[in-house]
Amino acid sequence: MTTRVGVVTFPGSLDDRDAQRAVRLAGAEPVALWHRDKDLHQVDAVVLPGGFSYGDYLRCGAISRFSPVMDTIIEQAKLGMPVLGICNGFQVLCESHLLPGALTRNDSLHFICRDQKLRIENADTAWTRDYSAGQEIVVPLKNGEGRFVADEHVLDELEGEGRIVARYLDVNPNGSYRDIAGITNAAGNVVGLMPHPEHAVEPLTGPTTEGLGFFTSVLKQLVNA
Amino acid sequence: MSLDTVKNAEQTPDAAQPWAELGLKEDEYARIREILGRRPTGAELAMYSVMWSEHCSYKSSKIHLKQFGEKAPKNDAMLVGIGENAGVVDVGQGYAVTFKVESHNHPSYIEPYQGAATGIGGIVRDILAMGARPVAVMDPLRFGAADHPDTRRVLPGIVAGIGGYGNCLGLPNIGGEVVFDSCYQGNPLVNALCVGVMKHEDIHLAKASGPGNKVILYGARTGGDGIGGVSVLASETFDATGPAKRPAVQVGDPFQEKLLIECTLEIFKEDLVAGIQDLGGAGLSCATSELASAGTGGMKIELDTVPLRDHTLSPEEILMSESQERMCAIVEPGKVERFLEICEKWDVIATVIGEVTDGERLEIFWHGELVVDVPPRTVAHEGPTYQRPYARPSWQDALQADAPTAERLARPATGAELKDALLKVAGSPNQASKAWITDQYDRYVLGNTVLASPEDSGMIRIDEETNLGVSVATDGNGRYAKLDPYTGAQLALAEAYRNVAAGGAKPLAVSDCLNFGSPEDPDVMWQFAEATRGLADACQVLGTPVTGGNVSLYNQTGEVAIHPTPVVAVLGVIDDVTRRTPVAFAEEGQLLYLLGDTADELGGSAWSQVVHDHLGGLPPKVDLQREKLLGDILIAASRDGMIDAAHDLSDGGLAQALVESCLKGGNGARVVVPEGLDPFVFLFSESAGRAVVAVPRSEELRFNDMCGARGLPATRIGVVDGDALEVQGQFTVTLAELRDAHTGVIEALLA
Repeated sequence: MTTRVGVVTFPGSLDDRDAQRAVRLAGAEPVALWHRDKDLHQVDAVVLPGGFSYGDYLRCGAISRFSPVMDTIIEQAKLGMPVLGICNGFQVLCESHLLPGALTRNDSLHFICRDQKLRIENADTAWTRDYSAGQEIVVPLKNGEGRFVADEHVLDELEGEGRIVARYLDVNPNGSYRDIAGITNAAGNVVGLMPHPEHAVEPLTGPTTEGLGFFTSVLKQLVNA
Repeated sequence: MSLDTVKNAEQTPDAAQPWAELGLKEDEYARIREILGRRPTGAELAMYSVMWSEHCSYKSSKIHLKQFGEKAPKNDAMLVGIGENAGVVDVGQGYAVTFKVESHNHPSYIEPYQGAATGIGGIVRDILAMGARPVAVMDPLRFGAADHPDTRRVLPGIVAGIGGYGNCLGLPNIGGEVVFDSCYQGNPLVNALCVGVMKHEDIHLAKASGPGNKVILYGARTGGDGIGGVSVLASETFDATGPAKRPAVQVGDPFQEKLLIECTLEIFKEDLVAGIQDLGGAGLSCATSELASAGTGGMKIELDTVPLRDHTLSPEEILMSESQERMCAIVEPGKVERFLEICEKWDVIATVIGEVTDGERLEIFWHGELVVDVPPRTVAHEGPTYQRPYARPSWQDALQADAPTAERLARPATGAELKDALLKVAGSPNQASKAWITDQYDRYVLGNTVLASPEDSGMIRIDEETNLGVSVATDGNGRYAKLDPYTGAQLALAEAYRNVAAGGAKPLAVSDCLNFGSPEDPDVMWQFAEATRGLADACQVLGTPVTGGNVSLYNQTGEVAIHPTPVVAVLGVIDDVTRRTPVAFAEEGQLLYLLGDTADELGGSAWSQVVHDHLGGLPPKVDLQREKLLGDILIAASRDGMIDAAHDLSDGGLAQALVESCLKGGNGARVVVPEGLDPFVFLFSESAGRAVVAVPRSEELRFNDMCGARGLPATRIGVVDGDALEVQGQFTVTLAELRDAHTGVIEALLA
């Protein structure tokens, strides 16, 4: 049976089609999920894509977090369903309290789009199994509010429990604390990532194909489960 | 103020009306009275004034623009020509592409962020209204001197506005231009281009036919923003003592526009509209009169049903409002319900505001009272036409006589001097890396970007199965056009054509944004006449028709106009985007060939500007047959895998092209000056019809044979190698030195 990975479209989601493409290239079946629909249509995992849901008005992710589909996703995530939030999706996960911390305005105060080098710190999550710890990859980064912040206590806890999934290398593009590019929950099924692995899945359109690993990882996780 | 109804206008023929304040001339006001057989109502006056403004009616330019149609080359790819929201071109496999470049110059000077943002919003809706999914945007920008304090106000705001709107809309920004010149100090040029893709059967046109069909206004509520924007902003220059014009600039909401796009595409998919038009300049006045005029003619509107943001707005203001993110659709009665359902799904407000009638009048009611009763053609399509006087400026001869000869401008003579000049040019604001700007735009979203800035052209894949793609380049050089507007316009076209071909795509069609000073100045009008004539003639030779575009006049401060600046966009098609040619010298050992002929042509050049602050002489000569041949060779070489890199030669000449291709690829190059060519001319001349290409050794024979057989001069000038650019016998400059000079320039100036 093909693995079904849902990709949620909120009003203002932009990289939803890209996430679907990445899912397809990884060998799974992408399923479009609609923000007003509580039903997850028997998907095995969910991607919350990048974009500017609700225009980023009020606060990034703050409105989407209350959409009907999120009620079910939060419930399922707590039961172990793999959930990946990319960029705006990461913001939604923080607003949902599935992940700690918050994402604030870049320290440069500018939107930034660049090919970003990352180090995979934790290759044990549902979304990073196909990488090795310490592996360096380059994927696009594009955000205006991507600066990960949390209090010292939370940061220490994330470090201590190995819950930092990826860190920025060479350049910290947005002033994220401790160069954090992505984190996971304690169970390792929910991952939030500011850079965009779904834009690094084809040699033609991405700087590399090194983002594909996030999508193949979840596939393996589900097949083996 | 009491309501000025048609009845009231009939009864009070002598009531004074503010036609002059609304930008109308006395004879124009008289003509309105003649058309109507009475004085216009306030609402009618508002409509005519805004629709007859320069911006909407093209009254000064249209006698010249006619040539684009009259001289249009026969081109089987054209599906929709000039006159619609945008032209549509057949790109094969059942796909059609629509694209257009437009200006938003004046609003962007007053309020840089919102001016630039709504420029993107407007052009995207034009493309959407044709039935296409918008797939990319581009922004040709021109600012005053890079080190002028006001540039620090204008540039970051404009860039943030383009990014803020375009990024939130989810459209990749794949290219454009950034040019600095003090002539744009009080008149920055903010042009915006959008490309859209559809299937042939999805093409939609802006017309209202079928009596009984409903008129639906959907999208944002109507507010007080942008009222009079069109007539006020496009008809006058900025006057420091005049009233504040800030409220005339519209405010954009990209989130609303994103919903509008998705909602409209879903509506198209279910074939629910008979006609559609976006609301841009002149808002409802424009949309209703144009839809009715292009259809059967009759339309009835209940203006008080328009959803408002501000309930104090008068009917005149509602008609003139330029609130953004609105569209107007003509829908058969049986399809209205489904139309409204889809709008509800996307949280888009939609309201039936009227219907198509079998009459020939556009009738607008306000709470049951008739306030507008006009023949719509007289508003939309039969505005005034001016034959503005024009004459070759008295100073033109002297300007052209001041050629940058070796006697007039000291030229670098030694290797050290050449190196110094190369670094100066590569590090000047116009030639330096624009990454600080383009990195504020999302180039990845939608996942189909094959080439983006700083490549020669932007390229988008439109079919993931077949790898069919399109590419677009925009170019313009105001310095060339100032020296000779006829040639300058042709050079802009030639460069954009060359840039598209350098990427491997076949040029198909043209859109233009003509930015000029005041048409009331005969010097400017001559520049405009010459530039349009030059562009139309060149399009004919190259076989690329103008499909649409925009004219922006009154770009001047006091008596001083900007350089005439025709910006030309060329659209090309490529059957297989995996065969595209980037600019980077990526492989060591590959051979560098210079294609075309190099002459001593430094008039209007980057070198003359950067090193001597000089503008004089004649621009480079144009040989359109040669451009065509060069294009053919670049496309064939790309398709057959004979070249791995190509970079067009334009401002800064070969020197600048080598710097960019070396830095992009992270490889140096060893270059030899061909025999008989002066090293300075070799490096800095801006002769047109040239490109530099990197040829794998295994392909050299085949490539040479092809160029030889077709008669294109191809000179082997060196090899990709090492980590320095070496011009043998002259100088060596390391990549690190080049990078230091070329990057960080813009941010340092703005800091």
